[in-house]
Amino acid sequence: MAKIQGTLVIDRERCKGCGVCVVACPVKVIALADDVNSMGYHYCMMAEPDKCVGCASCAIVCPDSCITVYRQKNPNA
Amino acid sequence: MAQFEVEIKPENLVYGKSPVLTDAPMHFCPGCSHGTIHKIIAEAIDELGLQERAIGLSPVGCSVLAYNYIDIDWVQAAHGRAAAAASAMKRLNPDRLVFTYQGDGDLAAIGTGETIHACNRGENITIIYVNNAIYGMTGGQMAPTTLVGMKTMTTPDGRDPKLHGYPFVVSDMLAHLPGVCYVTRQSVHTAANVRRAKKAIRKAFENSMEGKGLSFVEMVATCNSGWKMSPTAANQWMEENMFPVYPLGDIKG
Repeated sequence: MAKIQGTLVIDRERCKGCGVCVVACPVKVIALADDVNSMGYHYCMMAEPDKCVGCASCAIVCPDSCITVYRQKNPNA
Repeated sequence: MAQFEVEIKPENLVYGKSPVLTDAPMHFCPGCSHGTIHKIIAEAIDELGLQERAIGLSPVGCSVLAYNYIDIDWVQAAHGRAAAAASAMKRLNPDRLVFTYQGDGDLAAIGTGETIHACNRGENITIIYVNNAIYGMTGGQMAPTTLVGMKTMTTPDGRDPKLHGYPFVVSDMLAHLPGVCYVTRQSVHTAANVRRAKKAIRKAFENSMEGKGLSFVEMVATCNSGWKMSPTAANQWMEENMFPVYPLGDIKG
């Protein structure tokens, strides 16, 4: 069981689908969605949310500041 | 594997948008380095508690609209003249943080004279210089910093040194001037680089506030639209081609 779990809150409308976060993620959590936002961009999303460790690499490299990162210790571990 | 839901509450927040950034969506192309550099400037100002005392000077170029995104006082200088305007601003308001944000077309082409003389006078300002080796806003023409052999709209066969001269390495030249206290070259293409770049900006701002002289922070950046690549391919291309000519690291101070 994972000791630490992270999660992302993504502002889909701000995202321009540049994909920089997809490359930056060390555990390959993020992918670009098949859907598009109102600007026509394939916004980023958590494809494998369970893997997220909350390192914030994605949010740090995001040019449009559309990712907020939360992290918590597993209360059951 | 059993998982649990992370609660979305302030105690669990690791990283979010800086309060010094406004909510306006940036007009930059997807993946543009300007967005990341704006963000770390906002974070550095926030960490130093200088939001009410910061004055930025935006250039002519893609980043001319910086005043829409970073919530501090801004002045928009004539093309290339940001360093001269900033000198006046800092002399009249010595308790303020005064910095310029300039691209390579603004700083290294039309504003070379103003930049060199502001550096030589040792004004207590910070210059943030975004070098993407191209004129981004006007459609991808050759800049003084364009690499040898690099194709642009005005050098379709690549830059030829016999005809167009050599890439202009500004930071190394300015490091020779005694008025300049800190010269560094950074990049924002990976999380580690963004962290280092933010530290460099913080150090430069602190130097300005302590009156140590002029601090010069060069950001080697991408212009994926101008280079005609995807954002991630542009980052890769920058590592392979820009860094040998513009190596990262502290040059002075």
